[in-house]
Amino acid sequence: MPAVDLAGLGLDEGGHLLLARALAGLSPGERLTVTGRHPALRLHLGAWCRAHGHQLASGDDLTVVRGDAGDRRWAGAVRAGAAAGVPEPRADQGWGLAARGALVEAGGPPLGAHWSQREHVWADIAPQLYAAAAASQWDPATAVDWPAPAASGPVDGVPDEVERAVVQLMTYLVENEQAALIIPARLLSQLHPHYREVMQLLASQAADEARHVEVFTRRALLSGGPLGTSSAGGRASLQTLLDEPDFTTASFLLSVLGEGTFLDLLRFIADHAPDQVTADVTRLAGRDEARHVAFGVSHTAHLAAADKSYLGTLRQAVERRHSALQDTAGLNAEVFDSLVLLAAGSWSPEAISRGWRAVRDLQSRMDEGRRRRLAYIGFPDDEAAELSALHTRNFM
Amino acid sequence: MSVLLGAVAYDPKVVTIWDGFRSWLRESGVDFDYVLYSNYERQVADLVDGRVDVAWNSPLAWVRARRLAASRGVPLTPVTMRDTDCDLRSVIVVRADSSVRSVGELAGHIVATGAVDSPQATLLPLSLLRAAGLDPEADVAVRRFDIGVGLHGDHIGGERDAARALFAADPADRVDAACMIDSNLLLFGREGTLPAGSVRVLAQTPPYDHCTMTAHGGASPDVAHFGKLLLGMDYANAELRPLLDLEGLKQWRPPRLSGYAQLERAVDEAGFYDANGAVTAAGYRP
Repeated sequence: MPAVDLAGLGLDEGGHLLLARALAGLSPGERLTVTGRHPALRLHLGAWCRAHGHQLASGDDLTVVRGDAGDRRWAGAVRAGAAAGVPEPRADQGWGLAARGALVEAGGPPLGAHWSQREHVWADIAPQLYAAAAASQWDPATAVDWPAPAASGPVDGVPDEVERAVVQLMTYLVENEQAALIIPARLLSQLHPHYREVMQLLASQAADEARHVEVFTRRALLSGGPLGTSSAGGRASLQTLLDEPDFTTASFLLSVLGEGTFLDLLRFIADHAPDQVTADVTRLAGRDEARHVAFGVSHTAHLAAADKSYLGTLRQAVERRHSALQDTAGLNAEVFDSLVLLAAGSWSPEAISRGWRAVRDLQSRMDEGRRRRLAYIGFPDDEAAELSALHTRNFM
Repeated sequence: MSVLLGAVAYDPKVVTIWDGFRSWLRESGVDFDYVLYSNYERQVADLVDGRVDVAWNSPLAWVRARRLAASRGVPLTPVTMRDTDCDLRSVIVVRADSSVRSVGELAGHIVATGAVDSPQATLLPLSLLRAAGLDPEADVAVRRFDIGVGLHGDHIGGERDAARALFAADPADRVDAACMIDSNLLLFGREGTLPAGSVRVLAQTPPYDHCTMTAHGGASPDVAHFGKLLLGMDYANAELRPLLDLEGLKQWRPPRLSGYAQLERAVDEAGFYDANGAVTAAGYRP
């Protein structure tokens, strides 16, 4: 008969591990002889066997008859997909929070995640993008060469009126980054964790935006003055993004069109930055945004490739947003003026003219970028041009 | 086909358990409902009066129900019990370094018990003392931990407090021996209330049985069908398993009434109920 010797170990100090291990090798109904020196071993065994569905046989020897409760517990268990490779097309709500590939006991509360189909959330590039995101995290405290805290006041070499333009732009950026943080966080809370890499990517995206909010705020406060303005039209534009309920259309409007446009905006600010800090914070943020855009574009393209009619849904989302914003002012006029002044560098008519042309060129680069991404997703060129023109005047 | 069950609300989880069982039983064709009692004495009275069809009884509640029903000529029918209700033991433990080596040597010492109405942590262990020739009223100082009086020891708190009192920092609070059920001896060891090696088992009862479900009257077809459904509950069923885990069983078993003789004796010795099932225990007010 199989046997296990617990030596001096009681079941109140780990002896049950040896016992369970020995029983695991037996079939239900088979008997295990237990030996040991613990004075309360028989009492322990009686209580432990009752609680675990085994039986302590009567008699002088300590013999445990293996029960089948453990087998029954795992009878209906299933694997939550395969640990390696592409995740399953549908994630079972019953898998709950189990790791992908784990053996999941049947029962337990269903997850209730809204996004539980691969085609709605996945992009093949998601694992690589997450790896890139994890490798590219930067510390706002050290990645930017901040002036010493005591140096609050005029920023070195930046004329006062240009500084006010920078502060206005930073105020605007913070508002936009806050929207860009909330949207992936909201999608994340409704995503089935089976699509782990997308979950990780959205989490890193939210963390990216949190850093952007920090560095833009810090730059805005560098000269010690008050922040700039927040326009009702700009906030209305961002609110339409927050109100978008669908995963892909939200990702499309935010990342493909909004953050895609922001890539050019951030580069513009970095190129015309009157100081190193402004250049650094916009350059660092731009690098992160490029990853967000890459996921948005590949996820949307993935879905549109599988279902051409999805382009119609995307088109409707752009049109819906356009008509919702038709009667709003769009971009805060002070933001636009600040961009001109930033590129001009001074209030002389020649400089303003130069700044004006630079912003006009920026808008046309933004338009080209949007059309290129829309074409990549699958829109014919003429339709891409049309949709790009409908994009919000607020950039994001 | 309808069955009304009485159960004692010894813990909020009782609602989860019987709500869950109710859904499953109704899906299985029994018009089942339950009522909750704040203590076993009222549940027993209602069972014998026929206000509920079945009662989920503690062992002590079974002893009283049997006596009360017999005195009134009302038949009772056992329905089922849990696999975990069979062959339990209670123990009296002392500190490992205690000079007390036998139950008889507890004379003049302080013995901690559970609540006044706990079969496993009061009535049965005190019966062990009597068997060794000690009168719990006179020869030892019984320190009772009356938590959840009326719940017949279903509340674990009294036993845990009794165990803790073995190692109370203040000598005035310290006891020399403590009474508990075998599963709590193991539990208190594992959770650290009684660290491994800190206590010695001085005495243990022979095996006895715990809860049992009892029906009013003879075996009606409704109750028989209900009992059959309980016996068929499968631990592999993911809907039922969490409920069975909460209720502390892997499967329901056919009832047996052979495991209550010890408790009947202990009840008589303590004068807890009289032969007709009247509550005669001094100072017991559920």
